[in-house]
Amino acid sequence: MSGFVTVDGIKVPIEGEANLLALIRKANIDIPTFCYHSHLSTYGACRLCLVEINGKEIDASCVVPPKDGMTIRTSTPRIRSMRRMNLELLLANHRQDCPTCERSASCKLRDLASRMGVRDVRFRRTRPEQAIDEGSPCLVRDPNKCILCGDCVRYCAEIQGIGAIDFAHRGTEACVTPAFGKSLGEVDCVNCGQCAAICPTAAIVPRSHVDAVWKEIDDPNAKVVAQVAPAVRVALGERFGLPAGTITTGRIAAALRMLGFDAVYDTAFGADLTVVEEATEFLGRLAAEESGARPPLFTSCCPAWVKFAEQSFPELLPRLSSCMSPQSMVGSVLREEKARSVASGKDDGRKLRVVSIMPCTAKKYEIARPELSRDGHKLVDYVLTTNELASMIQEAGIRFQDLRSGSMDLPLGFSSGAGIVFGRAGGVSEAVARYASAEYRGGSAEALDFAEEAPGSGVRTASFEARGRRITVLSVQGLANAKRIAREILAGTRQADLVEVMACPGGCVGGAGQPIATDAASRSQRAAGLAQADGERELRSTADNPFIASFYSGTLGCKPGEGRAHELFHTRYSSKKRIQDASIRLVKGSGQRRIPVKVCVGTSCFLKGSQAILADVLHHVESGGLADFVDVSATFCSEKCGKGPTVTVGDTILERTTSAKVMEELLARVEELKAGATA
Amino acid sequence: MLRIESKEGRAPDLEVVAAAWDSARARALRRIVVCAGTGCIANGSLKVYEALKARAAEAGLKVSIGLDVHNDARKDALLTKSGCQGFCQVGPLVTIEPDGILYTHVHVEDVPEIVEKTLVRGEAIERLQYRDPVSGEVKRGKGEIDFYARQDRRVLSACGVVDPEDLYEYIARDGYRAARKALLEMSPAEVCEVMKASGLRGRGGAGFPTGRKWELALRQDEKEKYIICNGDEGDPGAFMDRSVLEGNPHSVVEGMLIGARATGATVGYVYVRAEYPLAVVRIRAAVEAARASGFLGKDIMGSGVDFDIRVMEGAGAFVCGEASAMVSSIMGNRGMPRPKPPRTAEKGLWGKPTVVNNVETLAQVATIVLHGAAEYRRTGTESSPGTKTYALTGHVANTGLIEVPFGTSLRTVLFDIGGGVLGKDGKPDNAAFKAVQIGGPSGGCLTKEHLDIPMDFDSLGAIGAMVGSGGLVVMNDSTCMVQMARFFMHFTQNESCGKCVPCREGTRQILALLDDIIEGRADETTLGLIEELCENVAESSLCGLGASAPSPVLSMLRQFRPEFEAHVRDKRCPTGQCKALSPFAIDPAACKGCGMCAKACPASAISGERKEAYRIDQAACLRCGACVATCKFNAIKRGAL
Repeated sequence: MSGFVTVDGIKVPIEGEANLLALIRKANIDIPTFCYHSHLSTYGACRLCLVEINGKEIDASCVVPPKDGMTIRTSTPRIRSMRRMNLELLLANHRQDCPTCERSASCKLRDLASRMGVRDVRFRRTRPEQAIDEGSPCLVRDPNKCILCGDCVRYCAEIQGIGAIDFAHRGTEACVTPAFGKSLGEVDCVNCGQCAAICPTAAIVPRSHVDAVWKEIDDPNAKVVAQVAPAVRVALGERFGLPAGTITTGRIAAALRMLGFDAVYDTAFGADLTVVEEATEFLGRLAAEESGARPPLFTSCCPAWVKFAEQSFPELLPRLSSCMSPQSMVGSVLREEKARSVASGKDDGRKLRVVSIMPCTAKKYEIARPELSRDGHKLVDYVLTTNELASMIQEAGIRFQDLRSGSMDLPLGFSSGAGIVFGRAGGVSEAVARYASAEYRGGSAEALDFAEEAPGSGVRTASFEARGRRITVLSVQGLANAKRIAREILAGTRQADLVEVMACPGGCVGGAGQPIATDAASRSQRAAGLAQADGERELRSTADNPFIASFYSGTLGCKPGEGRAHELFHTRYSSKKRIQDASIRLVKGSGQRRIPVKVCVGTSCFLKGSQAILADVLHHVESGGLADFVDVSATFCSEKCGKGPTVTVGDTILERTTSAKVMEELLARVEELKAGATA
Repeated sequence: MLRIESKEGRAPDLEVVAAAWDSARARALRRIVVCAGTGCIANGSLKVYEALKARAAEAGLKVSIGLDVHNDARKDALLTKSGCQGFCQVGPLVTIEPDGILYTHVHVEDVPEIVEKTLVRGEAIERLQYRDPVSGEVKRGKGEIDFYARQDRRVLSACGVVDPEDLYEYIARDGYRAARKALLEMSPAEVCEVMKASGLRGRGGAGFPTGRKWELALRQDEKEKYIICNGDEGDPGAFMDRSVLEGNPHSVVEGMLIGARATGATVGYVYVRAEYPLAVVRIRAAVEAARASGFLGKDIMGSGVDFDIRVMEGAGAFVCGEASAMVSSIMGNRGMPRPKPPRTAEKGLWGKPTVVNNVETLAQVATIVLHGAAEYRRTGTESSPGTKTYALTGHVANTGLIEVPFGTSLRTVLFDIGGGVLGKDGKPDNAAFKAVQIGGPSGGCLTKEHLDIPMDFDSLGAIGAMVGSGGLVVMNDSTCMVQMARFFMHFTQNESCGKCVPCREGTRQILALLDDIIEGRADETTLGLIEELCENVAESSLCGLGASAPSPVLSMLRQFRPEFEAHVRDKRCPTGQCKALSPFAIDPAACKGCGMCAKACPASAISGERKEAYRIDQAACLRCGACVATCKFNAIKRGAL
């Protein structure tokens, strides 16, 4: 569609905009909306972006495609009064504790109510108070502040491919909730926190560790050390009026010391360690395995992706790098040093508290993983998001923007450029490539030249040469894209050697712990900031970091991936598939070798008659004298609902099956078993 | 005897079936039809049916249960069940032909008498016959009863007459001939043309021309298209679609088949409320019978057209009657409307062009195709041809399902077919008529001044009401209009899907403001705020449910403003229905000072001296009415101080 739309008297050319809203914004009119985000599906529910079209009907501009010759008015008396009233309606049932609200300064509802001139709410609260969901280690949901714009629902479903939250009930009882009214902590939420980032109010916020960290700082018996993730340094300044992407590493170090931290380290040092360990693991696998059929190695630094893989792709877990994430590696090093100083009698006796400053909410879940504890201590004790650190700095009255740079403590405060670029999508692959690539020679060039597969696909590819082989790298953003790629890899329709997955758009710079900004522009400015920080380093590859080299040769006394390094820096994963081995054993055979028969009695299979099959099988087994050779159990949803009823006999899965087919298969197996026994 | 040859999956010859059915029918002397609509079943009609079967056999009568076209024995009677006969109020209903008898309120105890007197001796039983509510005259059958005689039953003509589970009876009444014509003799464009020429408008509420809808779908260049029959009838009190699905399901199947021919749809869905279990059973049975006889499936009647129907039960949400919400529900998602464009006709079910037609609309299609547009246009008005079914209920003598031509006046419907408005005492009293709510929770109300306007899409729209799906709730002068407005608003706010702000929040606040009025908290700003809010909800909501939700309130406020103002300004409910605004008072002239009321009062709010007039302390009074019941002198009145 070409041509012009007249917006408030100004002719605006149509340049491929999908809807009037985008076109109106181009005309420098900041049309209000809660529910429109260009990267999500249009929802049309908040009814604030109303415009008058051709002097007649009023419609939401987010859903109407522009047509040549249209005349739009965005601010008629009727429209203004409707916008005000719709805001009034939202405010009537919104818990208005604005002065004490965490999102006080970044609340879109507050902002729009103020901008649209709402000065009075003529309606009363009609919705009863709802319970706050405190069940997640990373996020807190307050339904009393929810305005039901559905942004979080669509983000979770469309970008992350999860759907941990959705609408339930109707009318005035309509709400956004995890399934069956459960807590976020009990469902498939991967804690990426993007729901909180996109929430226009404080209906979902990251769980704060601020007070706990203050308490530790104030404890004279605690040695509190901080580590700062790469992405934090290019975003924290935004909270203090600095442009996105401003590098504030030195000011952060200074501020942390002023807050009372005993030492300040760089998570990028952990990233350098990760590069060494992961590249070693990768090259090791490359050497050991045949190429072709070999599935790729997936990165494991992103805790949201790790949980997602555990839930949805347990079959891929052996292909996940066993390396800990950089924050856990730093924590692991610090615990190791502490243990060594205790053993040598040089310890000052204070307890060690490791606090990570992260752009990420899922890191709060990661530190609670039981695999990431040693000798009864968590490797990392607390995670402060970028925003939480900003709040602490503000609370302490520190004028961050005016601080003189401090520096981080060595050796854990030093990193190569490769450690820094971890903070943006593609950075992990880049860092591994710099380390492993035969071609990479340092300087200003990147090792990887990523090309986006298709515009907006969230998947980029690159390749490099290592050990005489061409290595294909995929960098994937968003878990919905990761799901697609994982399925293609499992189906054998896609080949790759290394797959980097970042749950958040843009990678960690777009994490949900960062200052609220849902636009791609500030994410790319942050990424540019990281690139600048990387470029300013003399040492751009991990291989050049002298502290890393001396750490292996000195402290650890081993090669990467071996000995103590392997013990300290590698972790394991376990399947968290929704329903796992939950079954009720009905017949337990007494023979040495038995054939397991599992009948799915999940809802869908049940409706398709699996209960009758189960009854038939039990009857045949008992009356046919097969009880010694067979274990029969009822299992719950086998997640093959479309092909139910499903019954597993031995290792054969029978789909759309019947009692007769099950018994035929079972009798054949029993015969084999008997024949095997006599032979 | 004619034999119906039906090969597996091949449609039988319609004329052969019809002739076989007719001759089999002629072999039975009488036909007894027991209404097996939902209302009559609830009142025990199935027991009556079983009792008739047993008793007739005992009496030595040869009764055929259902019609077997291949049994050529002569019978005394043919006993069948039917769908809803519409006059549920006086059910269970039993009709006996050719005697022209309608028995009402039939119970198992009446069966012996029916068998002995009517079936054996051919006599009518007066006490089971309908009595005119005004004149008290006994009426023999449907032909004499105004409720039936003043109607023009077309869509419903077979409902309550035929056996809904007998495909052959449907065929005997010209069934599937229109489909054969459309499939073998007409092009899709020609079918659309006939529908356009007929002027048929959608009966679901909005009244969009069906022919244009189909043509739009036909023009979509897609291989896969869908047609959906909207049977998610949710208006309180409405049961037109249910009756058609229960009483004449093949008319819907045939309508969909013709719609498929016209639009190129290959799969149809009947989306029917799960709360209509019988309708679900009957339409499923009809679809299966049609499939088994080759009216659905591959290469239907040799035309090369493939079409099949799936029946899908709704999830119990009013909003799923909205096309895009219904599509979403069928796809297994939450039933929420989505913004348009694109319309469902362009991108609907599974992203393919989808036509959604209402049950009643589809049930008329076969007649139009078979007899032509001109014949159809002989009934109704220029802009609203044909007939409309209404669910008549409330303060009216005859309630039930009726069908009249478009343009019929409210007066005819209420006073003739309805047998008159019922007054406070339950007796016919047309002067007590106050209002009629038409179009359910999306419609508006009509008053005395509208008694003679022709009811059709346009004239009702012009006065802020709508045909809607056809609910007619009659109210007499004891009805409080604020309470009525609240009733409908309560319904819509409960059924709002919760997606858009004005509908979810706005309807709830309108309800809260109406509650303020009813409970005496309103002030001079309340009515203005309600109007402003109603306008906002109507204009800025996402879908039709929200857009029409304020209609009843606005319409009642327009027609009965002084009544609303009395509540707000004078804190008085003129009809005495709003407790908080209807204080009790003791008439000193009538009070004998017996003190019974004071004893009965649970709040000790009544005091006085013996033999003198007692008084009520309004601050302490709970307005429970216990005193009124005890007063022998009618001295305690409500609503006036």
